[in-house]
Amino acid sequence: MNAPLLQIDHVNKHFGGVAALTDVSLSIQPGEIYGLIGPNGAGKTTFFNVMTGLYTPDSGRFQLDGRDYQPTSVHQVAEAGIARTFQNIRLFNAMSALENVMVGRHVRTRNGLWAALSRHRRAQEEEAQTRAHAHRLLAYVGLAGFANYRADSLSYGHQRRLEIARALATEPRLLALDEPAAGMNASEKVQLRGLLEKIRDDGHTLLLIEHDVKLVMGVCDRISVLDYGQVIAVGPPAEVRQHPAVIQAYLGASAHV
Amino acid sequence: MIKSLSPNKRASLGLLLFAVALVLAPWIVGHAGGNTWVRTLDFALLYIMLALGLNIVVGYAGLLDMGFIAFYAVGAYLAALLSSPHLLQQFPALAALLPAGMHTSIWLILPLGALLAAGCGVVLGAPTLRLRGDYLAIVTLGFGEIIRILLRNLDRPVNITNGPKGIAQVDPVSLLGVNLGRTQELFGLRLPSVYLYYYLFTALVVLILFACIRLERSRIGRAWVAIREDEEAAQAMGVNTVRLKLLAFAIGAAFGGVSGALFASFQGFVSPESFTLNESIAVLAMVVLGGMGHIPGVILGCVLLAALPEALRASMGPLQQALFGQVLVDPEIIRQLFYGLALILAMLYRPAGLWPKGVAR
Amino acid sequence: MDGFIQQLLNGLMTGSLYALVALGYTMVYGILRIINFAHGDVLMIGALVGLSVIRLVQAAWPALPPVLVLLCATLVAMAVCAVLAVVIERVAYRRLRHAPRLAPLISGIGVSLLLQTIAMLVWTRNPQMFPQLLSLAPIEVLAGASAHPAITNVTALTTIAIALSVMVALLVLVERTRFGRAMRAVAENPQVASLMGISPNRIIVITFAIGGALAALAGIMMASNYGSAHFYMGFLPGIKAFTAAVLGGIGNLKGAMLGGLLLGLIEALGTGYLGAATNGVFGSNYQDVFAFIVLIAVLVFRPSGLLGERLATRA
Repeated sequence: MNAPLLQIDHVNKHFGGVAALTDVSLSIQPGEIYGLIGPNGAGKTTFFNVMTGLYTPDSGRFQLDGRDYQPTSVHQVAEAGIARTFQNIRLFNAMSALENVMVGRHVRTRNGLWAALSRHRRAQEEEAQTRAHAHRLLAYVGLAGFANYRADSLSYGHQRRLEIARALATEPRLLALDEPAAGMNASEKVQLRGLLEKIRDDGHTLLLIEHDVKLVMGVCDRISVLDYGQVIAVGPPAEVRQHPAVIQAYLGASAHV
Repeated sequence: MIKSLSPNKRASLGLLLFAVALVLAPWIVGHAGGNTWVRTLDFALLYIMLALGLNIVVGYAGLLDMGFIAFYAVGAYLAALLSSPHLLQQFPALAALLPAGMHTSIWLILPLGALLAAGCGVVLGAPTLRLRGDYLAIVTLGFGEIIRILLRNLDRPVNITNGPKGIAQVDPVSLLGVNLGRTQELFGLRLPSVYLYYYLFTALVVLILFACIRLERSRIGRAWVAIREDEEAAQAMGVNTVRLKLLAFAIGAAFGGVSGALFASFQGFVSPESFTLNESIAVLAMVVLGGMGHIPGVILGCVLLAALPEALRASMGPLQQALFGQVLVDPEIIRQLFYGLALILAMLYRPAGLWPKGVAR
Repeated sequence: MDGFIQQLLNGLMTGSLYALVALGYTMVYGILRIINFAHGDVLMIGALVGLSVIRLVQAAWPALPPVLVLLCATLVAMAVCAVLAVVIERVAYRRLRHAPRLAPLISGIGVSLLLQTIAMLVWTRNPQMFPQLLSLAPIEVLAGASAHPAITNVTALTTIAIALSVMVALLVLVERTRFGRAMRAVAENPQVASLMGISPNRIIVITFAIGGALAALAGIMMASNYGSAHFYMGFLPGIKAFTAAVLGGIGNLKGAMLGGLLLGLIEALGTGYLGAATNGVFGSNYQDVFAFIVLIAVLVFRPSGLLGERLATRA
């Protein structure tokens, strides 16, 4: 195996007296789509929030691309190279689709106060590059004709795609998607799957937290299953599907594994 | 004919017409209503500077600052202290050092005022910007009141602000040896002081406008709006929200400081009562009524709320005098009525203001 | 300690008034999560309405005992302000229940200006003399114990007694009755409460009415103690009562009471001792700064207040 892109070891997180995550570890290889699944309340979202800096873990080691990172503040995690989307879409509603993606470029650009006021040559170049980059990404996710639409005027499926484009604009080493299929109909899910595979095939690494087991089993290269804050199974979909602990965990949840 | 022009040319033509109107405005207004009206115009320009500053904080970054007038006060008192005899009267040692008196140039006062106000903005913002929006509003209100109370009371133990009496004899602005406090002759035109200040204020408004527009359409401006729209999502995109909010506070405060310094020189006098909560609310009302985050809207709000009460003041008094033989309702009360109604009605029926930002499709 | 008892009494008096007003902020915040910025001005209207009633009653029945006149004025003012608070909710807040958080705050500021304007129109801009219906004759406290005994009067003592008993009554209402349970249910989760057959709107209206009545009561007691009433008298008590609510933990009734009393004491003792220590340089003219500093310090260091739940991170 290659060196992992994301290596997270022994994460613990308590809320009051309740253990939300117990000794959770995760290792994601470059270029794969990794799935994190589990029944409701298994700790998926907590893990996601810990890894992206929203919650501070009690303990744990976090490495991205062989380098330690401390998930202490959300914007630093983004700078380190993990971009996320949100379960309930969170776009900048009053901004156009293009501007949303341009905000994604913020962390990879440098223009400051003086650049904004003086618009010197380098500042203009950076601004032009930001704009061009954003246009490319909109086209990449299939929103080429929507650059000047207000974000909240887009359809649900398009908003999901815009969120992904915005996250890609930060040039992430890891693209982390929080339930991207939530609220989608069957045909939108098929399109989403196509987009995720395209993103992977273009060299990106993805982490998927998903309720929709069918989508995860179909699109993911490897999967971790969380239950009661612990990892109960790891492996390719075909193996995980057969795992007795996983079947046990999902029996009550009546999911089709 | 206008329709046949290209959009670019049309925009340039519009700008040209606007510039001509700006240059002629005091003459038209002055011809119709005399110098008092030009003075009102001058105050409207000061309000525009203030509102453009507040617009950066409230309109772009979405932070409700209810003590904004404090930055205006900081600029005004700085100008008053640096260009009036007050400090020299209090500190004879200083007077010995400056036998010609304290007459600091406006070129020094304006940047100092901007810097000091920005510094105050950072000092206030650093501990409070993590607070949720409505708590931040109340904390900034408290800050504004503290500044005013300090100005009222810092005449003891050492007389710095001269207390409730305020500081008088503030030098008028002097530009390149031309005293704006006196009527000047130019190419045979008589330019009273209020006209001279009008052009100075207009120049600064244009400068601030220019800065605002460039900021709005920049990486920084986009990050501000992103924070306003969804702070957590902005963070997840790598925006350092604390630093950008501080920047918004500082820049907004700087504009406030500049206009405060101009206000002191223009009036020749400052006292704590010019910087009450009601003034903060007045500026807020202008921004909210016109359209938070939209520069033309903000200017419209200022013109409406700064000029309308003056128009009322001018018309209602004599009107009541004529109708009832006495002034029943103080025009000042009517002014406040307008501000109150503007805030409520704007929130209920036009939350984006009278002239909101054009909606991208 | 000569001045201590005196400052304690002063602090208790203003503190119990802050607590009454703070209850209005905290109840509304608990249910709607909004800061009712106009609450202080309801207090002001209460005091001025009370004043007008006193003038009317005294003109109509000059022989009526002063205590009855005051009682009558207080009841009318409380009724008027209960209605006023309900109208404010209906007009300025109801449409904005799901708007961004700043919207109701801004419209509340508008209402505050409007109420002040109305007060200026009806009662002029000048302070009005508020008749002293209860005795202001000095009462010496612990007269034998010290060379400079603390001084109070019937008005101040009545204020403290009424404020404390009203607070206890409110606590019983909220914690022991069906209405109180319904109120807490709506504060917890309006949707679930309405599924259980509780009408959130009804509860909200009653909450505003109670808050308005309490503010009017505080307004009249304040005017009685200081002997005057004017259109701007609501601002400082309003902001201080809000500080008290935050200090105690906004949304928490006992917190509001504790916060009010504590703030009153901090102000009185703080200005008293700092004034004495600095020879009057930093004396009562800085009294209001204390409240603002407490407010800023609490919000920055412990936004959940002394008894509050952690509200700071709630979106």
